[in-house]
Amino acid sequence: MQPDISVKNLNKVYEGGFQALKNINLEINRGEIFALLGPNGAGKTTMISIICGITNLSSGEVKAGGYDIIKEYRKARETIGLVPQELNTDSFETVWKAVSFSRGLFGKAPNPAHIEKVLRELSLWDKRNNRIMTLSGGMKRRLMIAKALSHEPRILFLDEPTAGVDVELRRDMWEMVRKLREDGVTIILTTHYIEEAEEMADRIGVIRQGEIILVEEKSQLMSKLGKKELRLQLQNKLDRIPGELTLEPVELSEDGYELIYTFDSQQEQAGVARLLRTLGDIGIDYRDLRTRESSLEEIFVGLVHD
Amino acid sequence: MNFYGVKAIYNFEMSRMGRTLMQSVLSPVISTCLYFVVFGSAIGSRMGNIDNIEYGAYIIPGLVMLSLLMQSISNASFGIYMPKFSGTIYEVLSAPVSYVEVVLGYVGAAATKSVILGLIILATARLFVDYSVLHPFWMLSFLVLTAITFSLFGFIIGIWADGFEKLQIVPMMIVTPLTFLGGTFYSIDMLPDIWQTISLFNPVVYLISGFRWAFYGVSDVHVGISVGMTFVFLLACMAGIWWIFKTGYRLRS
Repeated sequence: MQPDISVKNLNKVYEGGFQALKNINLEINRGEIFALLGPNGAGKTTMISIICGITNLSSGEVKAGGYDIIKEYRKARETIGLVPQELNTDSFETVWKAVSFSRGLFGKAPNPAHIEKVLRELSLWDKRNNRIMTLSGGMKRRLMIAKALSHEPRILFLDEPTAGVDVELRRDMWEMVRKLREDGVTIILTTHYIEEAEEMADRIGVIRQGEIILVEEKSQLMSKLGKKELRLQLQNKLDRIPGELTLEPVELSEDGYELIYTFDSQQEQAGVARLLRTLGDIGIDYRDLRTRESSLEEIFVGLVHD
Repeated sequence: MNFYGVKAIYNFEMSRMGRTLMQSVLSPVISTCLYFVVFGSAIGSRMGNIDNIEYGAYIIPGLVMLSLLMQSISNASFGIYMPKFSGTIYEVLSAPVSYVEVVLGYVGAAATKSVILGLIILATARLFVDYSVLHPFWMLSFLVLTAITFSLFGFIIGIWADGFEKLQIVPMMIVTPLTFLGGTFYSIDMLPDIWQTISLFNPVVYLISGFRWAFYGVSDVHVGISVGMTFVFLLACMAGIWWIFKTGYRLRS
């Protein structure tokens, strides 16, 4: 199947000479939720801006919905809805007019029924005749999404959609994104909240200093790079790690009451059994033990700081 | 052609005018009324006729032109500057609209507002002075062409400006002096020779002269030259806008 977004050898050098994107190659499939992770200034927003037509590319080829974003910009842009990071809105317009404006701008004939549906889904219907300046920050964020959905795009970009948003609204948005995916919309989201990517994404791309350093199915990424940790709470305090245990990567907690053993989640788990056996042999008793898988956040931090 | 896109921009801009009726319509009308009261009725009654036209009537085309130029520039420059300032420009840049369509929407709306305003001022002038229009077709043509040309010019200023000050500088520091010295209140024939020659470098002279010819059949320069010059400005502004969109100047980095 043809990818919905295809980026080939994309480079972006800003006027001052700063290279924001370095030879990016990326394909995003129809109907998937793709999360683009990266630290501040890694090039996430630059890449989205290029795909959406807000920023010029320096070299390379980008297609959206199968259309070249330069040669067939009309068709390419018709397929895209963009929710930018900043809350940029007209203060004086009403919600209804602002959303209708967006639909018209994207070349679609007026369709009040669709606008009503979008506003209702985003809990903005009651506010439709309010001026935008009277809306709260969270409501403005919903409005930005309503504008992006006004022309029924098949690809939706969400640039940091939940930055500065309260927990309830964040849950609402996740819910909405899932619903959109069910309708066949391809969703690309950038986020700082790794929890968000972990919760929602099918695939994850990590960008660092303008380079895509990894693209992986979320589940594979978690198992491939995820670490497991075994914590043993000891009956008696240890002053140092006994010599018999040095074969394994074991650490002792500061208070001396906990042994921490870290291992790759993919590795066969003979290490755990071996460790426990050794502990029994040398007479170290433990009260409790627990294991834990590392979260995407830890994986991410590990990748970005490599 | 993205017809709905052009319409969306055009309607958005026109509704902005509706919201700012005081500023867009009332204030130019009031200031023009003041000119008529002072120069038309109070001082004008003591002035001799120029080219056999009563002074109060003589200044009408120039005063309409003054408002038309100022309003075209400020409407169009604000129209495109505000989205740049508030950041909402992202939507226009990411929309399937060509630059011709963007210009049609913004400049079309700005020019429409200016023409409406020009006609309102003409109607208001009627309350103070009796005048007639000898060539109504040409009068309207000059009105519309000048409104379009200077709305294009305003659009360029709005894109160039990176602060509110710059938005004001060109209309205040350049267009107002050029209009006052461009024969709004006098015929350039009344100037010493050297100033007549210098005046011919003032583009507004051609606009006012042509417009006055449409009213009374008299002009400082031949009407053909006025029409020609108006088209030259129009083309120059179009070329400027073409360059802006081609290079993405101050729009796309």
